[in-house]
Amino acid sequence: MRRLALLAALLVSLAALISPVALAIGPDEMLADPALEARARTIGQSLRCLVCQNQSIDDSEAGLARDLRILVRERLQAGDSNQQVVDYIVARYGDFVLLRPPVTRATYLLWFGPALLLLVAATAIVARARRKRATIDAPLSADEESELKRLMEPR
Amino acid sequence: MSLRYAIPLALFAALAIGLFAGLWLKPSELPSVLIDKPAPPFDLPPIAGLDVPGVSSQELQGQVTILNVFASWCIPCRAEHGELTKLMRDSDIKGRVHLFGVNYKDKPEDARAYLAELGNPYERIGADPGRLFINLGAYGVPETYLIDAHGRIRFRLPAPITPQDVDTTIKPVLRKLLAEAKS
Repeated sequence: MRRLALLAALLVSLAALISPVALAIGPDEMLADPALEARARTIGQSLRCLVCQNQSIDDSEAGLARDLRILVRERLQAGDSNQQVVDYIVARYGDFVLLRPPVTRATYLLWFGPALLLLVAATAIVARARRKRATIDAPLSADEESELKRLMEPR
Repeated sequence: MSLRYAIPLALFAALAIGLFAGLWLKPSELPSVLIDKPAPPFDLPPIAGLDVPGVSSQELQGQVTILNVFASWCIPCRAEHGELTKLMRDSDIKGRVHLFGVNYKDKPEDARAYLAELGNPYERIGADPGRLFINLGAYGVPETYLIDAHGRIRFRLPAPITPQDVDTTIKPVLRKLLAEAKS
């Protein structure tokens, strides 16, 4: 029973983790055109708020995040494509502003490090298992054989 | 000691040294992408009711400039204000380097009171509602930009200026920019 309650509590807290967070976008910022507003949301979700650093600009209450949301909407209304808007922000704030870091030479370790680590670990485990099996399968030496015989002999 | 113990020990030592070195990193201070690039074009009006002219990017040409982003509501700005004032009185700097202020998202009366209380080391001050701030790639107040005689951003400090900053980075960079401007 107790275990069941614990499991339920765990599930509830997990659900809280994945449930959508309230957006910080004020009604006054939103565009009248729903298609343009949807594009602004897609872009906003992918841009880091540099004040909080772990929230997107859509989730952040920071003044700078609000200014960036307004700027994104201005650029969209001026006819920029999504990529052009993102490039405009990156030209000022660098790749760090992207919540999904691009694959560049500086981020190779970030992107491929885990796979590399897995490969190294798997190789080590396989090598170890092989070595162990080799020792188990090897027949006993003459010395070991006689020692075994001596131990097994009834006294 | 056998290799069996040496390998984990070496790995641990490498990790410990790496983490120890990491204690001195400042992850909150982001590098600027505008280093060695021209400062963004801007033309800011003066603070209303203050007898200090506004500032535009044209005025960055042909002189070494410190561009300092500040606001009266920013507490660390108060702390660095004394450092800026002292720096502008330095014999190497005075009369050679120009200090321009960017007054970020401030009420004119608050900005005027701030400067009346602490003194005004700025030659020009522009009132910025936030667009120049973004174009500079700024993300906090205060921030300080050192700009060369060609109007290019050469150094950015995204934090309040401390006496150590003045000695280790700001003065040496300014001296370099002054030497470049002369030649």
